[in-house]
Amino acid sequence: MRPEDVETIRAMVHARSGVVIDPEKTYQIETGLAPVARRAGFASLPDLVQAIRAQRDERLLWAATEALTSSETSFFRDRVPFRVFREEILPSLIADRGDKPIRVWCAAAGTGQEPYSLAMILDDEQAKLADARVEVFASDISERSLERAQRGLYTQFEVQRGLPIRLLVRHFEKVDEQWLLSSRIRQMVRWRRINLLADLRPLGRFDVIFCRNVITSFDEPTGRRVLDQLANALPQGGWLVLGADETVGGASERLKPVAGRRGIYAPNREAHAAA
Amino acid sequence: MKTCLVVDDSRVIRKVARRILEDLGFEIAEAADGMEAMAWCRTAMPEAILLDWNMPVMDGLSFLRELRREPDGHEPVVVFCTVENDLEHIGQALDAGADEYIMKPFDGDILEDKFIEAGLVA
Repeated sequence: MRPEDVETIRAMVHARSGVVIDPEKTYQIETGLAPVARRAGFASLPDLVQAIRAQRDERLLWAATEALTSSETSFFRDRVPFRVFREEILPSLIADRGDKPIRVWCAAAGTGQEPYSLAMILDDEQAKLADARVEVFASDISERSLERAQRGLYTQFEVQRGLPIRLLVRHFEKVDEQWLLSSRIRQMVRWRRINLLADLRPLGRFDVIFCRNVITSFDEPTGRRVLDQLANALPQGGWLVLGADETVGGASERLKPVAGRRGIYAPNREAHAAA
Repeated sequence: MKTCLVVDDSRVIRKVARRILEDLGFEIAEAADGMEAMAWCRTAMPEAILLDWNMPVMDGLSFLRELRREPDGHEPVVVFCTVENDLEHIGQALDAGADEYIMKPFDGDILEDKFIEAGLVA
């Protein structure tokens, strides 16, 4: 790929998604775009780039953006946040909820392993939930990921990453050489296409937001803006779960770290009042 | 150092598993079938067993059932590792006392993940 082609692609992805692509990772750009070129019927990558530069086909631009912003995910990824969800977040929300439903949002949920992991936890904890209602929302920028996530069909490789065998037995059935998640768990999650660059206020409030390994893929001002929007969506007593290696740092004064819980934040009401 | 007994009739698989598990900090012992594995366990019970299903002399499931009847036979954490990949086989393995289950083919990430799941690796 020529450097000017790489720049065209980087500019497109950044304008549409806020995601910054490392210009050194030419190989990743090429492998990401190859299937897009193939599906759209281009003979080569330069042909695709030329069409992207012409900016006429909006669907093509999105397909290319989606292909370069989707990242790998797995069931119960990193384990700890899910344990914290089960053992700390959920009990605290059940105790405080009043008569309102508990609302959970997985932002940038990719192919669905994260919200489905939460749904399996909720299924497991039904006794503790008693009459509390929990609503799980999940979103992604990629239409293709959303389609895959909603199907709930995973490869043998995917169901062996992070998913305990007992949960596979309990919630999946084998369909040919793939594994289909039960409709009971699938129906616990509501899907929607959301670009985090958009105005998120219409989505309403969420008691828990999982937004893992996303913020660091943005440029700094974009990351700060998204964090502020997420902070605004959290009520008092709400929780924001970022990736284990992600920090808010000085990016948002509206969030404060939860002591001893890496990557987990609570709304900072004092800053909020001042803002 | 924890010991993991790798039970598989394929020398290639044993070698691959050994390399991955040594990196995870295990001392490795090998057995080519369930009978050999049993002899090993009666001499020195390992902390972990990576267990193939289809083997000559004694298959993995028969070995596991016999192991769990031994004194101290409940101790090892047993992770099946087999081409059998349907729910019926998995269910049989869990009923017989398996702790985790890997469907071949596997790679280092899956093996590590399953060992974490089974509490063998932090």
